[in-house]
Amino acid sequence: MAYVSIADRDHEIEHHDPQTFITKYVWSQDHKVIAVQYSITAIFVGVVALILSAMMRLQLGFPDTFSFINPENYYQFVTMHGMIMVIYLLTALFLGGFGNYLIPLMCGSRDMVFPYMNMLSYWVYLLSVIILLTSFFVQGGSTGAGWTLYPPQAIMPGTPGIDMGIVLMLLSLAVFIVAFTMGGLNYVTTVLQARCEGMTLMRMPLSVWGIFMATVLGLLAFPALLVSAIMMLLDKTIMTSFFIPAISSMGTDPGHTGGSPILFQHLFWFFGHPEVYIVALPAFGIVSDLLSTHARKNIFGYRMMVWAIVIIGGLSFVVWAHHMYVSGMNPYFGFFFATTTLIIAVPTALKVYNWVLTLWQGNIHLRVPMLFAIGFVFTFIHGGLTGLFLGNVTIDLPLSDTYFVVAHFHMVMGVSPILVVFGAIYHWFPKITGKMYNETLGKWHFWMTFLGTYSIYLPMHYLGFLGVPRRYFAMGNTEFMPESAQTLNSSITLSALFVAATQILFFVNVIWSLKSGKKADPNPWGATTLEWQTPDTPPKHGNWGHDLPVVYRWAYDYSVPGYPDDFIPQNVPPQEAPAGREHGTEPD
Amino acid sequence: MEFILVILAVILAVFLGWLVKSSFNAQPWVAEAVDETANQAPMNANARVVALATLLAVMTSFFALIMSAYGLRMDYGDWVPLNEPQLLWLNTGMLFLASFVLQWTRNGVVSGRVSRLKPGLMMTGLLTFAFLAGQFAAWRMLSASGQYISSNPANAFFYLMTVVHALHILGGMYVWARATLRVLKGAHPDSVRESVVLCTVYWHFLLIVWLVMFGMLLST
Repeated sequence: MAYVSIADRDHEIEHHDPQTFITKYVWSQDHKVIAVQYSITAIFVGVVALILSAMMRLQLGFPDTFSFINPENYYQFVTMHGMIMVIYLLTALFLGGFGNYLIPLMCGSRDMVFPYMNMLSYWVYLLSVIILLTSFFVQGGSTGAGWTLYPPQAIMPGTPGIDMGIVLMLLSLAVFIVAFTMGGLNYVTTVLQARCEGMTLMRMPLSVWGIFMATVLGLLAFPALLVSAIMMLLDKTIMTSFFIPAISSMGTDPGHTGGSPILFQHLFWFFGHPEVYIVALPAFGIVSDLLSTHARKNIFGYRMMVWAIVIIGGLSFVVWAHHMYVSGMNPYFGFFFATTTLIIAVPTALKVYNWVLTLWQGNIHLRVPMLFAIGFVFTFIHGGLTGLFLGNVTIDLPLSDTYFVVAHFHMVMGVSPILVVFGAIYHWFPKITGKMYNETLGKWHFWMTFLGTYSIYLPMHYLGFLGVPRRYFAMGNTEFMPESAQTLNSSITLSALFVAATQILFFVNVIWSLKSGKKADPNPWGATTLEWQTPDTPPKHGNWGHDLPVVYRWAYDYSVPGYPDDFIPQNVPPQEAPAGREHGTEPD
Repeated sequence: MEFILVILAVILAVFLGWLVKSSFNAQPWVAEAVDETANQAPMNANARVVALATLLAVMTSFFALIMSAYGLRMDYGDWVPLNEPQLLWLNTGMLFLASFVLQWTRNGVVSGRVSRLKPGLMMTGLLTFAFLAGQFAAWRMLSASGQYISSNPANAFFYLMTVVHALHILGGMYVWARATLRVLKGAHPDSVRESVVLCTVYWHFLLIVWLVMFGMLLST
């Protein structure tokens, strides 16, 4: 079969077999090395964004205290924090990092189908990050237009970074999209074409399903961002009028003829809303696998989980205008988008029920990855429920542009996916490095992060109900805001600084464990998926030694009656272990 | 945005149809050896075909979004329809011929009539270069008559659409050039067969994109 031979062709393997330090660790075509490169770069740039958020919080918690924070750089911090976290950290880490590491290993392939293009994808991504970071140092600094980059303010005087800052931001996004497309073509093709024998679509672990569907969304949605970036770049550099209306700026006429800022908003959110699911779907998939593995139970309703991922992905393209209720729209459109937004809650809620039912009567091991996975279920429910508030036009209008919105999206697509990122790193750390992490440090990391983020974002909902507006550098003397709102803001800042500092525990744990951690067993969690069945830990180049694995069962044969172990790996034939369950009876 | 929604609906419907076929009645919890030919690669295609199909889906989304933006923007009062140069008809003919000749070449390579390979590839390149040169000449004609990109949103869309389309053609020309060089150096026809087949699909796709865009430009 072609799909096997592509992943296993001898000349392909020889072609990119690393020979020197440079080809092994720098210009590497090995998916595992590329995954680590992606992850390190994404986490580095994520730390930059974390520091930026600490600066913002200093200003909000203790206004008029820090002379190095002025309105201009406050807006630059806000903008760069948002853009980096959403695009350059979460998208890159879930798809470039986990996607690269997990797809070939979980599908039983030797590598991605196009290893050279995979390598290029990383280096082009790195270029986009460099361009982005360069914008901090150009004249006028980075853009302060907010992560949504709404025109006309994004390129008009009065907004920080309208010289080179916005140009570099748009350029960096365009380069990122090129990198993502190269990676995305690889992920899709590898999942479709390079699965090992027996790995049918409906035997794929949910992690792969989540990453696969997120990639499909990304490939179809990122062009909207590319189109808007190109058009705005032209508006900025050669005075076209795609988005910039006839406008007088600082008493002068810049020469634009009547463009449509709303057009930009449509394009941006046509990308922007699927982007939420580009981040969420891999998290959904990974958390399903973590819960199942550490609860020693099959995932509840596997087929439903797959279909929920697919349906959420499809629906995510018809909800974009719920971000634009206050931009002005026909009430019937508002009704349509509110309805689709509420409909998408159905498959999402289905997933949450299935996670909880997977835990029900499971043999739960509260190891660090499991703690993070359960923490995700909590934060995702909170963030999801507030999404139902904001999806309704009548409730959204008063809450729009308040801290309620900030609290909502940080819970649902900030904290939740980051908890999964940590859970996943702890879960696969033994396989990636061959070392065990420190359990105690990991548990401290979890509890301080989990409780700390709640102490940031729960009070923030209350600020939103009070009507405290987001994006403001200083609140001034506004009568409707009681003094206690500022006290709450100060406490949120202290919590945010605490949570940021807590992340040092994670880095200490990783570095200490790499150096002095206990040697890891090949399969320390007793997991069923293929990556834990490799002949070497960490897996060597080509992953599987001489022969590719053959798969006989799904990824969720945990605690199968009549079998001595509480797990049966996917590559154990039916002759050696119970044949799963009887035909036609779906497990609990 | 209706245009992009229809296009996306079609892409997602194809994807979902294939998925239903692959997953309907599946009982993943049953352990058994699976016939390796079942439920695997879609349509028995190879990896490069799947990658090209995925790339074309991405490009479809990209061009459909530009055309959707065109449809939204033209409703504003400052829109002055552009008189497209008549030269574009000739360019369209060149691209159509390039696509036709490439199909003729592809049919030859697939059916063993390899004598078509060299002249077919050369002629395809010539016609495609003629298309690109024609587009360049059209831009020059417009700017010579004072129709610059920033003069009017209709102009801006015209330049944007034609330039991004030309850039995609240039991307295809890279693969065409590699295949043609190998043929000129005497490579065995089988070694370029896949490239020719994939190039043909790509050329047809960009011809269709151009016809839709050209039709849109002419009718508005």
